[in-house]
Amino acid sequence: MNKDNSYEAVMERKQEIVKRAVGIDYEQFNRGILGFDYEGMMSGVAYDIQEMIEIQRQTGVGNTPLLELRNLTALLRKGAKKGKGARIFVKDEAANPSGSFKARRAAISVYHAHKLGFPGVIAATSGNYGAAVASQAAMRGVQCIIVQELYDSRGLGQPEILEKGRACEAYGAEVVQLTVGPELFYYFLMLLEQTGYFNASLYTPFGIAGVETLGYELAKQTLKELGRTPDAVVVTHAGGGNVTGTARGLLKAGCKDTQVIGASVDLQGLHMASDRDFNKKSFTTGHTGFGLPFATWPDRADVPRNAARPLRYLDRYVTVSQGEVFFITEALATLEGLERGPAGNTSLAAAFAIAREMDEDQILVVQETEYTGAGKHPNAQLSFARKNGIEIKQGNPRESVPGKNIIIPTTPDQIQVQEVDLERVKRSYLKNAAHLLPNNEMEYTDCLFLAEDCRAKPEWVEQEMKLLGITIKRR
Amino acid sequence: MQSAKRGDWVQVHNILLEAGKRAPQVPEDTQQVPLEMWVKGFLLDHSTEIGQEAQINTVTGRIVTGKLVEIMPTYPHNFGEPQPELLTLGIELRRLLKGESR
Repeated sequence: MNKDNSYEAVMERKQEIVKRAVGIDYEQFNRGILGFDYEGMMSGVAYDIQEMIEIQRQTGVGNTPLLELRNLTALLRKGAKKGKGARIFVKDEAANPSGSFKARRAAISVYHAHKLGFPGVIAATSGNYGAAVASQAAMRGVQCIIVQELYDSRGLGQPEILEKGRACEAYGAEVVQLTVGPELFYYFLMLLEQTGYFNASLYTPFGIAGVETLGYELAKQTLKELGRTPDAVVVTHAGGGNVTGTARGLLKAGCKDTQVIGASVDLQGLHMASDRDFNKKSFTTGHTGFGLPFATWPDRADVPRNAARPLRYLDRYVTVSQGEVFFITEALATLEGLERGPAGNTSLAAAFAIAREMDEDQILVVQETEYTGAGKHPNAQLSFARKNGIEIKQGNPRESVPGKNIIIPTTPDQIQVQEVDLERVKRSYLKNAAHLLPNNEMEYTDCLFLAEDCRAKPEWVEQEMKLLGITIKRR
Repeated sequence: MQSAKRGDWVQVHNILLEAGKRAPQVPEDTQQVPLEMWVKGFLLDHSTEIGQEAQINTVTGRIVTGKLVEIMPTYPHNFGEPQPELLTLGIELRRLLKGESR
């Protein structure tokens, strides 16, 4: 029997396809009208930290070095007030088998898929996660398909994504490449249905909990090597998994006072589903185009309940410009001898500015690096930008306009972070929640869920929701 | 016209959604172009010319039909051209670190 594979028909079958392909009954965690038991889902579905350390050890994931960036610290102190300028350390996640921290997420997902007897795994990703899943699948002996959003309508591919596709193929995966558009999900669903493979989504409890070992490990390392836990950890923020997993790992290691700071590349003004805007950006991940929508509504993912809930964990959220990240990528290579990134250096660019405000005896950890290569490189990405009409110049990065120019700072002091008002982000989150509530009513359970989800007091949520016309249903 | 023979490593192309038939939430510029797909595999047909319909076997064993667009496809990405805005940065930063003036 041939199934109806029209867009509408496939989207209609979404729930059943996803349920089979992740093997999780998400409905059991539902609470109230839109809430759910997040911690129940994480502890009920995912593995505990010791199990994950063991699963990752089996395929050579984790245990990456923590490196002190002495020259970058010395450089930033030149622009800091007396007594200021924290020591910067970086967790060299590029040392993972596929060259990024994503190996941690993939290790757990692929292990689980293999354990359940799935013949293969599929992931929809244009990022390092593709190579991570492909590499882990190769080690566990299961098939792998990666679906990428890569080209614009002229057939022009983002160099960074072309490289990630090549890496997937090197690890023996099939790579399906599409033009811009959210309908990637439609083809992804058809593939899941056709193959019966596991949905190695970035957003299942496996995909998120896999990152917990990163936060856990860096806490243990700083404690062992420096005798104390970090004062702040800077995390590149896109879909929310890196922030969520790292913060949960830090908490599991007992770091209650470590500040968790998210950092994204500022791409505000560029539409992520626009064919025209697609190749006007030089960063295809770690940017606000994912960072903001996934913070203001995590459940836009390819699973019913996203295990990445960044607003629960972010103490601070900042942005940096594309030019600042290219600058710091060059500085990391020439001053520290580490050729990494660029996208993964988003958090390093932010850290360079944030460390300046901190005391010199404080410790700031940048929790990732990623491998670099053809396409994934400042020269490749800037050459591509020029070809797409973007002006590249040296100057004040504050004058950057995403999609129009990329400004490389002239001095290190020009690297600055821009604060994102988290309370405003939380209000947007509540607005999105309000749209989903029928009859302008919620249960008290929902209010508690929303409060947990944006780390706020239930009274504040109740008051904000009232302003949006939502009241608590009285029995 | 270049043609591929059975077993050659090739790339095929398909239109998944025609222009104007895209998902309702996509912006107008994207709405006006089709959703396209490319995939690589080993040619199953005996002889196929570029532009003709071809059937391939992908590395996971899926059979996919599409228009043949490339034989022995290469990776077009590279390290780009040297960037004047970055070329002297390393030298300047090392000087700055040593306390020399720029």
